[in-house]
Order: sequence, then C-alpha cells, then structure tokens
Amino acid sequence: MNVLAILIPVSVSLGILGLAAFVWTMRASQYDDPDGDRARILDERYDDDPAG
Amino acid sequence: MTAACPACVALPERAATRDADPDVVLHLPDIHCAGCIASVEDALGRLPEVREARVNLTLRRVFIAGANITPGPMIEALAGAGHRAQELDTGRLGRQGNEGRDLLMRIGVAGFAMMNVMLLSVAVWSGAAGATERLFHLISAAIALPAVAFSGRPFFASALTALSRGRLNMDVPISLAIALAALVSLASALLGGEQHGWFDAALALTFFLLIGRYLDHAGRNAARSAAAELAALDVSQAILLEGGAERIVRAESLAPGDMIRARPGDRLPADGVVTSGLSDLDRSALTGESKAGRVGPGEEVAAGEVNLTGPLDIRVVRAGRETALSRLTDLVATAEAQRSRHAGIADRAARAYAPVVHILGAAAFLLWLGLTGDAWRALDVAISVLVITCPCALGLAVPAVSTVATARLYKLGLLVKSRTALERLSEIDLVVFDKTGTLTTGAARLRGEPDPAALSLAAGLAQGSNHPYSRAIVAAAAERGLEPAPVQDVTEVAGRGVEGHSGGRRVRLGRPDWAGPGDADPDGVALGDGSHVTLFTFEEEPRPDAEECLRMLEAHGYDIALLSGDASAAVARVATRLGIETAKGRMTPEEKAAWLEARAAEGRRTLMIGDGLNDTGALSVAHAALSPGSALEAARSLADVVLLSDRLEPIATLLATARASTVRMKQNIALAGLYNVVAVPLAFSGHATPLIAALAMSASSLTVSLNAARKLA
Repeated sequence: MNVLAILIPVSVSLGILGLAAFVWTMRASQYDDPDGDRARILDERYDDDPAG
Repeated sequence: MTAACPACVALPERAATRDADPDVVLHLPDIHCAGCIASVEDALGRLPEVREARVNLTLRRVFIAGANITPGPMIEALAGAGHRAQELDTGRLGRQGNEGRDLLMRIGVAGFAMMNVMLLSVAVWSGAAGATERLFHLISAAIALPAVAFSGRPFFASALTALSRGRLNMDVPISLAIALAALVSLASALLGGEQHGWFDAALALTFFLLIGRYLDHAGRNAARSAAAELAALDVSQAILLEGGAERIVRAESLAPGDMIRARPGDRLPADGVVTSGLSDLDRSALTGESKAGRVGPGEEVAAGEVNLTGPLDIRVVRAGRETALSRLTDLVATAEAQRSRHAGIADRAARAYAPVVHILGAAAFLLWLGLTGDAWRALDVAISVLVITCPCALGLAVPAVSTVATARLYKLGLLVKSRTALERLSEIDLVVFDKTGTLTTGAARLRGEPDPAALSLAAGLAQGSNHPYSRAIVAAAAERGLEPAPVQDVTEVAGRGVEGHSGGRRVRLGRPDWAGPGDADPDGVALGDGSHVTLFTFEEEPRPDAEECLRMLEAHGYDIALLSGDASAAVARVATRLGIETAKGRMTPEEKAAWLEARAAEGRRTLMIGDGLNDTGALSVAHAALSPGSALEAARSLADVVLLSDRLEPIATLLATARASTVRMKQNIALAGLYNVVAVPLAFSGHATPLIAALAMSASSLTVSLNAARKLA
C-alpha cells in the first residue's frame, strides 16, 4: 500500500494543475468570443505573431 | 506570459487595451467569417488615430481604442471595405456582468474536485477498507469541503434569502442536501464511523446544478445584451440652436426652453412647440396612422415623430426622461416586471417538489431512528434520500431545452427576451397584428396605373424629397422602367409639395389644392403643370411575406385579428388584401388593450404583434408579445420576442418551436421524476449507496441533456 503515498499526491496535484490551467484560460478571456476564435485560426495574419 | 516559440520572445508586448474600456464600439450586423474579421481589423488599423481594433465575432461588435477618435471616419472606412457598421451607445450598453465568469469558475472548481474525489471513492467502492478507507475519506474531505464551500455559494446565498423571507425555494433542499452530505460525511470520517462517505455526491450535485444555472444565465444574458444593443443603436442626437449657431448635443442633455432644429429625416428628440417652419410629420410610430400630418408654427410636436419635408425650429417643452415617450417607457418597465411574475414550468415544479423533498428526508430519519435507535444510520438514510431526490435533473431539464430552442430561434432572427416566453407562446390561440410597420412596411405604394408621361415627370420632381409619397412615386417609376423626366429648379415647399420647371412650364407635385385648381382630396397628391392635373393615390405595401405568414398561421389553427389606429378604410383595404376577417380601425391605444382584455376574459390566449407607442398598452396586457426590431424602444422592451429580420415568416416557426420545446420541457421533468420514483424507495429502505446515488444522478442528468439536444420537431 506504500504506493498510495506517491499516487495520491500525484493524482491530487494533477487535479490542481488542471484546475490552474482552467483558471488561466478564463483569466485570459478565452471564453469571451468562441465564434471569433474559431474563425481566427484560419487567419494567416497571426502566423508570424501568434500572440497578437 | 512566456511565448511558446523562441522567435516570439522578440515580439513587442501585446497592447494592453483588450480589457480596458474601448473608446468606440461599432455594431457589425453582417460579419460572419475569418475574412470579415481580418478585413475589418485591417481597415480600421490603417487609420492613424486607431491604437487597436478588435472584433468580437460572437457579439458582432468591434471594439476600437485610440486617442480622440470619433465613429464617423470609422464607419466610412468600414463602408469602403464593404461592411455595414452602426454606432453603439457605450453608456447604454452597460458593462458586461461578471456573473457568467463567476459561475464558470465555480463549475470548474466543482468539476475538478469531483473528479479527484470520485477517483478516491471508486477505490472505496471497490473494496478498500479499514485504515485505507478512513484515509481516503479524510483526503476526500480535505478536497470536497473547500470546493463545496466555494462552488455552492450561489445556492446557499439564494436559500438564505428565501428562508429569511419565510419562503421555500428550490435552493433550500439543494443547500440542505449538499451541506448535510458534506458535514455528516466529515463527522463520520473524523469519528471513524462505519458510514458511507457522501463527498462525491455533494460535489456532483453542485456540479450538475451549476451547469443548469449557467445555461439559464447564459441564455438570459445573451438576450439581455442583444436587447441592450438594440437600444444602444438609437443614439439620439439633437441640433441645438444657440444664438443662431447650430451645435450637435445628446438628446438627454436638452432642457425645457432650448431651441432645437429638426432637419428632414430626423426623429424628433424632444416634445415641443414649433416656432418656425412648415413640414409634414410621420406619426405612425406613435399613433399607427400611415398618413403624414402637416405641422406649422404654434403646433405641438412629440418626441418620436419623424420630420419629413422641411426644417422645423422647435422650442423644447419637455425633454429627456420627461417626454411623453420616455414616461411611457417607464410605465412599460412596470408592466414588464408584472409579467415576469408568470411562474414558469420549472418554478411550478419546484414549488410542488421542495416540500416533498423535506418531508421525505425528515420521515426517513424519524422512521429509521424509531426502528433501529441508531442516529448515525438514520442520518445516513436521510442523506441518501435528500441526495437522491435532489432535483439535479430538474435543475437542468428546463434550462437545457430553452437554451437549445433559443439558440435555434436566434439563428432565424428571433430574439427571445423573457424566460417564460416559450411556455407562454406555446399556449397562444389568437394572433393579433398591428398594421402600420408590422403587417405593412410603413412605406406607401402607388395605386393604379397612371399615365407614364405624368409618372415620369412626377418622379423627376419627387427625386430629391423625403416624403413617403415622393419615395413611392420614384419607386413606382423605377418599377415600370421609366426614366425620371428632367426638371430644373426643384424646390421643396414645406407642408405643400415640390415645384420646379420642365419644358418651360412650372410644374408642381403636392397637395391637390396647391398643385392645381382641383378640389382638396385629402388622400394622395396631384401633379399640376398649369393646365392639366393628374391625381396619384397610394396604398400601403404589406410586407412581402405577410400573406404567406398569415396562411401558415391559419393552417396551424391560429385565429388572426388586425387592430390598427389608422383610418378604417386603409385598414379594411389591407385586411381584404391579406384575407383577415377580424379587422378594426381607428382604435385608440386604450381600445386595443381593452379588446385584448375582453378576449382574455373569454379564455383566449393572445399574442400581440406591434411596433408603435399606440401598441404598448396592448403589448403589455397580451399573454405574449412580439415586436419587430424596427419598433420603438418602448414596444421592444415590452416584447417577449423581438423579430430581428424584416421578415414575418419566422413567427410561424417561433410558435411551432415554442410548442415543441414546451412538450420537451415537460418530458424532461417527467424523466427526472421517473428516476426518483425508482430511486426513492431504494433510498428509503436504506439500500442506496453513494455509488447508486452517483449513477442515478449522472444518468438522469445525461438523459435530460440528451433529450434537450435532440432535434426539435
């Protein structure tokens, strides 16, 4: 059962990592314009400037 | 933020304007693709004063930031790139609420916590025992308690408000189930009891219910922001006269006593008295009359009327919130609040359901306590009853259906504003139309076949004029392939007509007694060339698909009526043309409302469709109300549904969708109830484990969501 001592912290920290990623996407306004984001991926203006 | 590729590090920092307040917001009704985004942003980016322009395709808006920018040049630049743009009044648009984001965050926390706790629970269910089971329970508690405390806040807050007012709402049993399940499981884990751990159930409940709440919120928010956008499109400005100089100001800033000028084509910004000038006013939005009325010095005019032919100088009597139009809008807001009290299906189900849940939970506790004398065991059974009866699927059943239906209607150009609109629309059996601006376009159309030479001369005179009859003559000439005859020195004589010279003769087009020595026929205009007089008469043009829409409604078994403030003859003409049997003209706004109330007393459920101020009374007493997007703000804010396109045909689809989705809502509630019928006896007899509860909850939530997503008939 010693394996639990490793696996439980791993599973919990993976959960926290996922949550942190979710919080980041939300703070970065990634849910504000779903239609626009879907279209922007086709736009070559961002090829050289992915952050813009 | 670190960039993902080495080359990106060299890029300049992203402009920090995205979250700042934009200086100008434009509405772009036609954009739909990646190419549109690029061309809009490029067109605006080329202007030197623009710092950043960012398109939001979901909202169909572009947010522009920059120093000292005005919308005019932006709209021109966009027109050059082939995009229609309208200015939005940022003040009226209001700040976008953060409620949606807040709910999403709570869903995220509940979801991730649920996954982790579920992982630990699966180990317990599959046989972990003794110290391991206890350890797992303690870890679950450490994850679940903070997560529940954070995610469940909306439910706890609403339950507390309801309880403090001595009422029960659906959030009371929800909060009770979540809180009891979490706290009792914690106590049992700490004391080392043999009881079940309900942490995963508490989290799953919170998670599913939050999704229902988020759907509900997102739907209402979309409708609200679209409605605010319609309102923000009427940027009303006024031309203020100060010592002879003209200055453009916002209509709200006018005060009684100010002098304003209304140019032809302007909608009057305030109530007042004409001091100089002669013109015709289009009052159709206020009275439903299709014929323009003449005004001159000393006559009263009201905000919302449209000046047609000549410039008017007006002394403001009432402005801003004091105008007759605004006072009506306030009345309308009250009526709106009244109708929102109509209890929807979900509310009615919740009202019947909440006491049952409490009684069942309490009965289970007392029964088991009496039978076994074991308080822990009794509490465990009571929790399982509460968790299983908890209206997880019920919370999703109605919002999921209305989200699907509303999104579908939005694609058809229908904006559903009210939460209970779909249910009320499904009960309609009588559809009542207003005439001017609703069934008809409000534009006049030439009647009969006049002499082509006269028509071409009239079109030549009418070309420069704003009057609806002039536009009808020009349109009629174009329709018949006639070139407007060349006319020199055309001048518009306000309140009378247009005159000019053609072939050395003076020609006049206008009021019959002015254009020639004819008798004053009040309806129509005459063309006079000094010797000969041709009379043109007009009729209203029904919307192109009005007849089709009416036939479709009749085919579905709806009765149709036409109520109008216009002259009886004009109403009768339109009614005959469209085949409407019940048609009433010369109705005052009060009479319209009274007529609808009389039908309601007969047990009829009416849908009122209207656009003007004279319809507002009728719109507020009808069982459901609809108005075209071109309607006055007062009418639009009263309507449950706003028609965004120029077509009437979606009305038939709207009613069909409303009926289908109401059936679907009832189905969903029945499905959710069915799970309870199976699970409650199981819980009551003490056989429900957290595993069964989790299965029942997920299965019923999934069933209702899938049923909602199924194609609507």
